[in-house]
Amino acid sequence: MGKDGSNVVSNKLQISIYRYRPEHDEAPWMQDLEYETGGRDLMVLDVLEGLREQDPSLSYRRSCREGVCGSDGMNISGRNNLACITPLSQAAPDGRLVLRPLPGLPVVRDLVVDMTMFYRQYESIAPYLINDSPPPAIERLQSPEQRAQLDGLYECILCACCSTSCPSFWWNPERFVGPAGLLQAWRFLADSRDTADEERLAGLEDAFSLFRCHGIQNCVASCPKKLNPTRAIGEIRNQLIKRAV
Amino acid sequence: MGNGAVRAARVASASSFGRTGVQDWLVQRLSAVVLLAYTLFLVIFFLRHPQLSYMEWRELFATSAMRLFSVLALLALASHAWIGLWAVTTDYLTTRLLGSRATLLRLLAQCAVLLLIFGYLGVGTLAIFR
Repeated sequence: MGKDGSNVVSNKLQISIYRYRPEHDEAPWMQDLEYETGGRDLMVLDVLEGLREQDPSLSYRRSCREGVCGSDGMNISGRNNLACITPLSQAAPDGRLVLRPLPGLPVVRDLVVDMTMFYRQYESIAPYLINDSPPPAIERLQSPEQRAQLDGLYECILCACCSTSCPSFWWNPERFVGPAGLLQAWRFLADSRDTADEERLAGLEDAFSLFRCHGIQNCVASCPKKLNPTRAIGEIRNQLIKRAV
Repeated sequence: MGNGAVRAARVASASSFGRTGVQDWLVQRLSAVVLLAYTLFLVIFFLRHPQLSYMEWRELFATSAMRLFSVLALLALASHAWIGLWAVTTDYLTTRLLGSRATLLRLLAQCAVLLLIFGYLGVGTLAIFR
């Protein structure tokens, strides 16, 4: 911290950024760039926007620029995070910033990855309420305690920072649901208005869908919303064990 | 949505020789506890017998309880190793990583692991009851 309490950031930022433009590049390569920060503790997204003014071919996803939409998940100096809420003081304390796409997913272009496998796994857990009983005249009500069961689960913005930091998801994205999908699986299992617990659990009892989680907690470390997929996976596992023995 | 349709959108159905992940998980924990108990028992035995002679060692394994415990530990080791190495082969020997030859490689690796495990089981059981 500087004398005035602000974060000291070096004026000249050394950036190494992953580039892949399929129409130009035979293989991905790392581009070295310099960026003048003026000593300000910018967010990584601000830097990207500045770089794109100089080189409009630079591609990345972004939308809300305030950590709500989950578009700009990327690997920032070795850690998955959202570019829009990661300050340089955290991402490049030594003045060196390394930007790569989220690991494990196919790269479409530069920092843009193909999220198909991620969404397919999300879809597979049926991320919506299932309730066979006839709907009441008003909403299906919940007590404040029942609603509180969803805290720490519903906040997920599907940025994929967790699933793409998980080696089990890297090795088996077709079979392992991944931390993001499993957090949502628990969100609906924990919901008092959902009646499909048995079907939901039956879909997760095989050796891959959930049990490829070995509890290394990369997901917890990388979640920009400070959620805990490992705990959710543990809750589902307890339910599966109760059901099996 | 009707019953049984949840997870119908699954990309690949997964089987592990008819076991479920829950069973694998439970067996892996249970066998670990058995192996821990057996290891601790042996460590304490060695500490108590710093000048261990062949006769003392023979005597230990002459009791039915020790033989049973050893067979149990062998079985625990076999199942623990199989579940663990099966997971390793299905993580790293995949079509994603190795292309179309992965299935054959995985099968060969799993057969080698199984043969080795059965070998250890056989030799171990013979050694215990000889």
